[in-house]
Amino acid sequence: MRANDHSSVLKSEEHVGHFHGGIKLPGHKSMSTRTPISRMPASQRYTIPLTQHKGAEPEVVVNAGDRVLKGQILAKPHGLISAAVHSPVSGQVVEIAAHHFPHPSGVAGTCVVIENDFREEWAERKPVGDGYRELSAHDLRTLIRDAGIVGLGGASFPSAVKLTEVGIETLILNGVECEPYISCDDMLMRERAEEIITGAQVIAHIIKARSCIIAIEDNKPEAIAAITHAVEASGSDNLEVQKVPTIYPSGGERQLIQVITGNEVPVNGLPSDINVLCHNVGTAYAIYKAVFEAEPLITRIVTVTGRGVHAPKNLEVDIGTPIHECIEYCGGYEPDAKALIMGGPMMGLTLDDDQLPVIKNSNCLLVSAGIDITLPTSEQHMPCIRCGKCVEVCPANLLPQQLYWYSSSKHYDRALEYHLFDCIECGCCAYVCPSRIPLVQYYRHAKSEIWEQERERKKSDIARERHERRLERLERQKKEREARLKKKRDALAKNKPARETEMDRKKALIASALARVNEKKSKQNVEAKNTENLTPEQQQKIREADARRKKMKQQGK
Amino acid sequence: MLFSKADSPYLTTDSSVQSMMLKVVYALIPGALAMFWFFGWGVLFNLVIAIGVCLISEAAMLKLRRRPVRPALSDGSALVTACLLALALPPLAPWWLTTIASLFAIVVAKHLYGGLGFNPFNPAMVGYVVVMISFPREMTLWTPPTGVGEGWPDFIDTVSLVFGSGAAADLDIDAITMATPMDTFKTQIGLAYDKAYIEAHSVHGQIYTFVSGVGWEWINGLYLLGGIWLIRQRVVDIRLPLSFLISLIVIANLFAVIDYSSYPSALFHCFSGGTMLAAFFIITDPVSASTTPKGRIIYAAGIAAITYVIRTWGGYPDGIAFAVLLMNMAVPLLDHYTQPRTYGETGGSK
Repeated sequence: MRANDHSSVLKSEEHVGHFHGGIKLPGHKSMSTRTPISRMPASQRYTIPLTQHKGAEPEVVVNAGDRVLKGQILAKPHGLISAAVHSPVSGQVVEIAAHHFPHPSGVAGTCVVIENDFREEWAERKPVGDGYRELSAHDLRTLIRDAGIVGLGGASFPSAVKLTEVGIETLILNGVECEPYISCDDMLMRERAEEIITGAQVIAHIIKARSCIIAIEDNKPEAIAAITHAVEASGSDNLEVQKVPTIYPSGGERQLIQVITGNEVPVNGLPSDINVLCHNVGTAYAIYKAVFEAEPLITRIVTVTGRGVHAPKNLEVDIGTPIHECIEYCGGYEPDAKALIMGGPMMGLTLDDDQLPVIKNSNCLLVSAGIDITLPTSEQHMPCIRCGKCVEVCPANLLPQQLYWYSSSKHYDRALEYHLFDCIECGCCAYVCPSRIPLVQYYRHAKSEIWEQERERKKSDIARERHERRLERLERQKKEREARLKKKRDALAKNKPARETEMDRKKALIASALARVNEKKSKQNVEAKNTENLTPEQQQKIREADARRKKMKQQGK
Repeated sequence: MLFSKADSPYLTTDSSVQSMMLKVVYALIPGALAMFWFFGWGVLFNLVIAIGVCLISEAAMLKLRRRPVRPALSDGSALVTACLLALALPPLAPWWLTTIASLFAIVVAKHLYGGLGFNPFNPAMVGYVVVMISFPREMTLWTPPTGVGEGWPDFIDTVSLVFGSGAAADLDIDAITMATPMDTFKTQIGLAYDKAYIEAHSVHGQIYTFVSGVGWEWINGLYLLGGIWLIRQRVVDIRLPLSFLISLIVIANLFAVIDYSSYPSALFHCFSGGTMLAAFFIITDPVSASTTPKGRIIYAAGIAAITYVIRTWGGYPDGIAFAVLLMNMAVPLLDHYTQPRTYGETGGSK
């Protein structure tokens, strides 16, 4: 046994690699770590969006008016990349309708609204417990998928999909939490280290990883101690704890993999291409809960912090709880509260409304006040002076100033040449920019424009293809018709001689008939002329009349 | 409660274009004081005229282009251009020479190309080259670097030289001006004298003292000091001056080794003319320099090579301004071919 032998479990920072760029940011984390995680009291009404993950919208399996139990499935995953959602309480489904929820697009999505009956009645639960070792990887993936577990580090990618890779050498458990202010993972590691480690072992079991490294930034000594202790207590020999330097954004999946393994994930590839898999510590905890307590993902730890909140702390919150209730539970807003951000100050999402619900990736509710956080204003920024500070800090080793140049001038093909889509939107470039250019905003805009163009192109491709196929069809039909006619003509040509004589006879008959008619007609016309066969008297009168007319004409002149 | 929305990130540093530009001006002060010490009132006059003309023309151009005047004027970029130009011009330059150079720098080189951030050429160097080509005689009006009080024209004389229609009646301009060491060296080498002869027969016996000539070594040394401070302040990317100076030293040494008697030493090159001013303040203008890390190294090395060529075999005593403009032209090419390898990109697959 290696009990108390710290050095073998806790790896020093000497051996870690590093990624390009990055910035040192003031942490502001102690603000919310002074008190333990508190359980947020149950709420009256929950709004649970169906799509809280990357991927397809799940299928609703309840109806308005249904009674649901705590942990009961509300919508089941639909398609390969999808996640289930569950009821956080027992109660009644009030409505299933479109509501706003925290999402970058700001678009409303289908939500199940549940009225709490405060009876805390659980749906039937059958914890797998330690028996998970006997279950197949497929069964465990199904369990995790049905538990609605998504990546809790912020990406909210359905976790079961990220457990299908095979041949993984190293599982990296991401406990870095590099964004300022956020401390939910830190507190989770401090308080529930054992559960996290067990969850990590479940993951390692599924993917058959040879080793598991738990990476924690060196600004979280308490978490490092707790996790190290839990690893030692577990007696497992393939778990290690790795301290990593506090540099933003070392918690980015690709950056962390580079720090831990020294290797880069290929540009259009996945971590599994270099035999690595990365999961967040919160996800490992959620997997533990699903396997050992048969509890689906219905709660999460949320850091409520910032100078705009009276008493910052970490809360365990039911998914679907209105955000303003969390703030009120933490003493409410300070009078100078200025902005509400879900997530951190570097990559978080500003919310305009605190009635929105907490969702699976709500790791932090940051309320700014005073000048600690400045919302970029729409007023004109300074021009880019190409100073290159952004190049120095870009963790993807891009040229942000060139990307800005081509994005803002809408030269999207050039922006693509400069690897626009390798940008992870960490915000380092905008942070250091002396001209205060909201660079990330430009990149996001360019990316969405390019997607839009791509969609349009696909659409027009389909339309063109359809048009071409139609032309082809018409052409084919025309040819077929012509072929048919030709066949007919050919058939006619075969019977020609016989038909011709008949035709000639008919023609001759018609001709003679016509001739007769014409003769008759001409005769009639001749008879109809009334100026012929006149008497000399009448002729005289006509002549006189003509003479008078002539005279009158001359006089008139 | 309702809040306003914005795009992440919501944190910024204190650094701003204005603070960067002001730091450049502060870093120029020691070198500028040394120039004042050695060359007299003319240096101050140049500064005052250039700053005045640059700021006024900047404001006028902004107004003409219907851009907000105050934020652009206060960014300090016109101030930096003015200072660089004033310190590059000869101390007894007539007022109209400084004015023309300043006007060209701001109006043509900067605003006609779209203002700050859009100028492909270094504005100060454009202004300098325009007057260099148009008024070669006036560009030689350097006084001997005698030091304060001794020999430099007093305040009144300077006024009459700078603002008069020429030299004052009782002042013979040829008597008070003197070729710079680099100019002298070139002329003498051209007359087939060798280095030892030039050193022995230099005017006032003062061309070579320590490394490059009285005054010049001090001026360049103090610019170097200011430059190091700028690097420490993270205003200047160290790649630019380092690559420039190393390249200059390597090339100069190469020729000095081949023929010691006709090529001046690397030290002479580094500490004479505008070498240090260029290394830390002129080639480091980020707008007109290459913007990629590798591109910057090549850009600075290119300037050093062209400078050496013009200094040694060209028709002008110092070729930094031309070298900068020539390399400015190569920047789009450099930027394109020196893109860094991005994260996860396999080498050579581009």
